[in-house]
Amino acid sequence: MTAPRRPLPAWADIALLPLVNIALAFVTVGLIVAAIGVDPLQALRLLVVGALGSSEAIGYTLYYATNFAFTGLAVAIAFHAGLFNIGGEGQAYVGGLGCGLAVLALDTSLPAWALIPLAVAAAALFGAAWAAVPAWLQAWRGSHIVITTIMFNFIAAALMVYLMVNVLIAPGSMTPQSRNFADTAGIPFVHELLGTARSPLNLSVVLALLCCVGVWFFLWRTSWGYALRAMGHNREAAIYAGTDLRAMTMLAMCLSGAMAGFVGVNELLGVHHRIVLDFQAGYGFAGIAVALMGRNHPFGIVLAALLFGALQQGGAELAFEIPGITREMVVVIQGLIILFSGALAHLPRPWLQALLARRG
Amino acid sequence: MEEILSFVVLVLAATLRVATPLILCAMGGLFSEKSGIIDVGLEGKMLMAAFLAAATAALTGSAWLGVAAAIVAAEVLALIHGFACITHRGNQVVSGVALNILAAGLTVVLGTAWFARGGQTPPLAGDARLMPLAFPGAGDNVLVYLALLSVPLSWWLIERTRFGLRLRAVGEMPLAVDAAGISVMWLRYRAVLLCGLFTGLAGAYLSIAQNAGFSRDMTAGQGFIALAAVIFGKWRPFPAFAACLMFGLLDAIAIRLQGVRLPGIGEVPVQLIQALPYLLTVFLLAGFIGRAVAPRAAGIPYEKEH
Repeated sequence: MTAPRRPLPAWADIALLPLVNIALAFVTVGLIVAAIGVDPLQALRLLVVGALGSSEAIGYTLYYATNFAFTGLAVAIAFHAGLFNIGGEGQAYVGGLGCGLAVLALDTSLPAWALIPLAVAAAALFGAAWAAVPAWLQAWRGSHIVITTIMFNFIAAALMVYLMVNVLIAPGSMTPQSRNFADTAGIPFVHELLGTARSPLNLSVVLALLCCVGVWFFLWRTSWGYALRAMGHNREAAIYAGTDLRAMTMLAMCLSGAMAGFVGVNELLGVHHRIVLDFQAGYGFAGIAVALMGRNHPFGIVLAALLFGALQQGGAELAFEIPGITREMVVVIQGLIILFSGALAHLPRPWLQALLARRG
Repeated sequence: MEEILSFVVLVLAATLRVATPLILCAMGGLFSEKSGIIDVGLEGKMLMAAFLAAATAALTGSAWLGVAAAIVAAEVLALIHGFACITHRGNQVVSGVALNILAAGLTVVLGTAWFARGGQTPPLAGDARLMPLAFPGAGDNVLVYLALLSVPLSWWLIERTRFGLRLRAVGEMPLAVDAAGISVMWLRYRAVLLCGLFTGLAGAYLSIAQNAGFSRDMTAGQGFIALAAVIFGKWRPFPAFAACLMFGLLDAIAIRLQGVRLPGIGEVPVQLIQALPYLLTVFLLAGFIGRAVAPRAAGIPYEKEH
């Protein structure tokens, strides 16, 4: 069992192994679907049609994918620095708070062209700030970042409930949500611009793509990105190379938190047009799966985010079509993908080795 | 005066009831972490156990079969965690997160498929629930007493038995244990299985003793509070128990303080009290209130040299 891992050919390591991992996850999902009395192939067909079968469906898929891209990037940046950021959930939540506060404070006095960039920046800033505290605690006080980011998710949730119920609730409203943003304070919907079918897809999707390119450029084309990856690869070597690990920890986590914070932009500025509770629900954790599947590379993350977006949308349609199935099937799939492509990533390796050795 | 006294009694009784799943869960987490296997999946195990306990009790009408099903459910997840982290040397945090998400989804999916009640199980009554024991002076059910017993038992196992000595050694320096010819893997598997046992009981308590049925996401972060209690107790049974009681007390107070204005302070936000366990853990980990030192090998998969 503990035989040393022999290397696979590079192509198998990058492409084949993850595909086998995902396939294992989906076979398990198929078994669960069959166990509750639904034909897995029919479910798969409904899922694909539900996600991609109409321009409306594609709009929803891309809208969900936008959130997954943000949280996937968030996890990946931290991971490249050797840090495990489980706090995407809280950072997305607080990022949305920042975005919303900026709009609520300024939407009557600023025109849209000034307000929207400011609100986007506020989302990044608040998300980064929420990640900066665990980062600082790790860098200077030696706290374990995994535990502190978990705790910060819960603290963020409590903080948001308090603020929504007691401070930000719209006067006269029974539900804990803020007043509506002014009409000018919203990111344009894609269907308004292109005349496609109505969906929540908005221009945040462009921001997500820009972030992917930006993160790629930062990590692989700048010296800071190089230092960040060096730290994640080999701490000792990075120290000898003169890298300031504390500064790099702060940088990596702040960037990570900013990316997660953009979920608030897509949700609040793009769709809800007010601050609501739990708009981030689940995206932060799913970001772990997205990053694992995308091999922590922005290009892979785009693909993984598209897959997750399609699952989210297709899963909703599936739940609508088949009474026995609920939306939570998507959560099950996410959990299994994290299990098989993360914790059990090396499970199929010996089989693949045997297979490739026989062929070669 | 009488009012204050009855308030105190009520709060203390509520504390023990609220703390019971935390205590069981924390003792489970303690065994796992002592052996070097980080467990952020306490929440998922407890949730899955709570669901299967209620489902089994609803279908069979027997609370004890429910308890058995809960233990089986938690052990299955514990074995998956062990398989991923011990046998395949996977990332322990990733595995724990995966199991939490899996449990959150699976309980609703299966619950809806089996009972068509939006993820809830039917309400439990009669023999399907664990009822308070009838002997004098005892107003609680058997799992509450089991939780109280689990603390000295865990202490004795960890501090006074050969198994405990080896368990501690494997969490500090697995190489030494291996060199002594003792299986690191088997020790860690036993620790993970003990964790499953305790988290299973914690889940059963939630759905068939404290409540009369399962509702979606009913653990609501208690697995993480238990994890916080393990850290707060600095990976020792009695201090972890004290932390559970403290967190339970906070919770019991939070319920009673809702809308109450305290003289001089004003209305204390309930959310602040609910967030206190997490805040305190952050402060502890940062060394502002003492130092919390984890088992040295925690989180590091053991790779046997060849």
